Amino acid sequence: MTYFIDRRPNAKHKSAVNRQRFLERYRKHIKRSVEEAVNRRSITDMERGEKISIPTKDISEPVFQHGPGGARSIVSPGNKEFLEGDRIRRPSGQGGGGGAGEGGASNQGEGNDEFAFTLTREEFLEFVFDGLELPHLQRKPLKSMEEIKMVRAGLSRDGVPARISITRSMREAYARRIAMRAPIKRALQAAQQALEDEERKDSVLRNPTRIVELKAEIERLEKRIEAVPFIDTYDLRYHQLSAQPQPSSQAVMFCVMDVSGSMTQNHKDIAKRFFLLLYLFLEKHYEKVELVFVRHHTAAREVSEEEFFYSRETGGTIVSSALKLVNSIIQARYPPEKWNLYVAQASDGDNWDDDSNTCRDLLVKQLMPQLQYYAYVEITPHDHQSLWHEYESVAGHFPEHFAMRQIVEASEIYAVFRELFKRRLSQAD
Amino acid sequence: MNASQKPIATGSDWNFNVLERFNDKLAALADEYRLDTYPNQIEVITTEQMMDAYASVGMPVGYHHWSFGKQFLAVEQAYKRGQMGLAYELVINSNPCIAYLMEENTLMMQVLVMAHACYGHNSFFKGNYLFRTWTDADSIVDYLVFARQYIAQCEERHGVHAVEQLLDACHALQNYGVDRYKRPSPISAEEEAKRQDEREAYLQTQVNMLWRTIPEPPPDASPLPGSLNSDEDPLGLHVGGVYPSEPQENLLYFIEKNAPLLAPWQREIVRIVRKLAQYFYPQRQTQVMNEGWACFWHYTLMNRLYDEGDVDEGLMLEFLQSHAAVIHQPDFDSPYYNGINPYALGFAIFRDIQRICEEPTDEDRQWFPDIAGTPWRTTLEFAMRNFKDESFIQQFLSPKVMRDLKLFLIVDDDQSETLEVAAIHNEQGYRRVRDALSTQYALSVKEPNVQVVEAAIRGDRSLTLHHVQDSRRPLGRSVYPVIRHLHELWGFPVRLISMDEGRVTHRYHWPVEEEPKEKK
Repeated sequence: MTYFIDRRPNAKHKSAVNRQRFLERYRKHIKRSVEEAVNRRSITDMERGEKISIPTKDISEPVFQHGPGGARSIVSPGNKEFLEGDRIRRPSGQGGGGGAGEGGASNQGEGNDEFAFTLTREEFLEFVFDGLELPHLQRKPLKSMEEIKMVRAGLSRDGVPARISITRSMREAYARRIAMRAPIKRALQAAQQALEDEERKDSVLRNPTRIVELKAEIERLEKRIEAVPFIDTYDLRYHQLSAQPQPSSQAVMFCVMDVSGSMTQNHKDIAKRFFLLLYLFLEKHYEKVELVFVRHHTAAREVSEEEFFYSRETGGTIVSSALKLVNSIIQARYPPEKWNLYVAQASDGDNWDDDSNTCRDLLVKQLMPQLQYYAYVEITPHDHQSLWHEYESVAGHFPEHFAMRQIVEASEIYAVFRELFKRRLSQAD
Repeated sequence: MNASQKPIATGSDWNFNVLERFNDKLAALADEYRLDTYPNQIEVITTEQMMDAYASVGMPVGYHHWSFGKQFLAVEQAYKRGQMGLAYELVINSNPCIAYLMEENTLMMQVLVMAHACYGHNSFFKGNYLFRTWTDADSIVDYLVFARQYIAQCEERHGVHAVEQLLDACHALQNYGVDRYKRPSPISAEEEAKRQDEREAYLQTQVNMLWRTIPEPPPDASPLPGSLNSDEDPLGLHVGGVYPSEPQENLLYFIEKNAPLLAPWQREIVRIVRKLAQYFYPQRQTQVMNEGWACFWHYTLMNRLYDEGDVDEGLMLEFLQSHAAVIHQPDFDSPYYNGINPYALGFAIFRDIQRICEEPTDEDRQWFPDIAGTPWRTTLEFAMRNFKDESFIQQFLSPKVMRDLKLFLIVDDDQSETLEVAAIHNEQGYRRVRDALSTQYALSVKEPNVQVVEAAIRGDRSLTLHHVQDSRRPLGRSVYPVIRHLHELWGFPVRLISMDEGRVTHRYHWPVEEEPKEKK
């Protein structure tokens, strides 16, 4: 008695629960590995899993086992030169050549010191934003720049030869041929019938003139049928394109960071998560997201990501230098009618007092009207300085598009984007 | 090869139709060899499902626990790196016998797995005395369903964390959760669920009796309230002898019945882990035999298929290659050496029994007078039914197999400077090599011998266990985590005394600081 059952269509991920339990249990270990990965990886490279290693001793499931020591007998295969009574030097270390190995006890733990496995992308992100209430990032309508895109819109009778629709044209031609030939064919049939009738008559009764007439008629009709053209300009159909406004599918994100002496590596790590969050958000929305890194102290410079996060500089702080640079990059490379522009700025709040006014003017008059969103975090436990107050007035002008927040720890970052996410959620209703 | 017949199928693609025809053929051959099997339930599954099945140690329905998740990740990683060994088959000791075929397998693999699992392992499960005694193939799937539901219920009621901790503790002791000398009576799942409520109530009253806060004085003791300090034991609480009256080797059973503070649901979970450990107990003791038997039959059946023209040379060559890989035994000094391969050893012994029966040499007549020249099928059946690895090797490991495998015995004594080659595969050494190999497969030697000797029911409620050392081998470092788990279950101090021939060598206590300085 045998039954065959095809279980392949059964539910997948039977082990998902156990997997989650495992991850939950070793949260701390995994988190540490994830932190390291975040610091190591580029912002654009976050969306893949990560290989995690946990020391085997930390996750072993203990059972009573024999420890080293005492006397043990081990039977092994493959004797080559040993004779009874031979004495062999104890192999140093574990396992190895002497054949004895460490034997019996380690039947399950065997092997590596590290237990290694791979986190999926989702799990990885969950750990990255552990503690951040990350909303579901979904593709939802977002106010964005309009762009004209040509889309196919049916067929038309005129167009350029390159856009001819062959099948449709041939079909039209076929229909027309049938339609044009039908009456002629009918007349032809009638003429042939008449001719046949005439010819069947007794030779006395035949009318030779009529026969000649009919023959001429048949010939004329056949010519007409042949004259119906196989294809006519009238048959041609062209694919039509129509211009439709489309939300632009590309965005550029400016990461602006203060790298003056007062920003520590810790500040930068928090800032990295801040930028990362915005990046992930944008990536869900736009087909293409470009990153521009602008760092500044007294002067601003566009740099590579590597340099942005890890090289150090000292000096004073002039924020407006960065804003000016952002503006000029926008003018030069990212025209606002083609790109959705986002700016994320991280700083410890230091700025030259005189400069903060300039920043405000620059933002209100030039930058903000072009931007989709401006997010600013001030990473400091201290009191606000002039920059913060000036920014507050900017936020007053553009409550929908400007968010700012003071944070001390990474877990507070999400609040900066609350407005951005919330707006979308209400739109979804 | 029977030229008149066309092979059932060729190439490496398969479909259900072809599998069924092969199975019919195999069933007919198995019948001819009088293999007694449970009905087969052959399930075709995907790779991922196979990894799932692996991770849950072959239970078709498992309860949730992080350790299975760990297992899954390990299997997945190994599979992705391409290190996975024989991931082609998995068979479950149940009635009907469930065997998994992976969809990626080639036609040859599917036929091989059917022969190996559905007729080899299956008949072993049905015939071997350990499985007949200790497991109940009819009800295991039902019981697993019950266990999963019960544990899920507990998680809902008492929190995932509480259940997980309890399971951790139970898992640490599950090898000590088996009865070795009693036959459990089989019951079905509905019965199990019905009885479980009654049991809960009853068990709790029992425990309550045992752990009465105010102990009743034994009838013959005379309470003398005035002389509390004058006597060590004024109420005569210690006169009742030790409890339990005999050492207990089934630690989980002892916990389930006697742990003072466990709630009824906790006792039930201890019981579930214990039951499952019991179910896997025979498998742990018959690895060599079970795999050897299955390999013997896939080898025999595949050859018959070829002889009868049901498979072509191509498939047969593919089979032989795969078979050779499965039963390969690397030498001890090879980088691939990872202990004795149970497939290799078991297959060699069963093949050798057949040889002894059919073409005995003088040596065989001397070593195996009982079986030399007997009908091989009957002898093989006898060997399969009535032994476990330990006794099977003791009984049937022949000098020829020892010579073929070039077995030798090393004694590693920490009191001597060097390792000693105690015996090799020669006339003087056969018996000693065989004894040693047999002992190597004895669970009682593989696992430390730990037993409960006393629960101080009238004293501080501490639990005392003895570890009896084998050849002065001490306990490994894992002892502390394990007794910590034991302490979690027991709820009061736990002592473990490690002894070598009556002499105490180590004492382990949990909680640690609790130890009074009475050691000397």
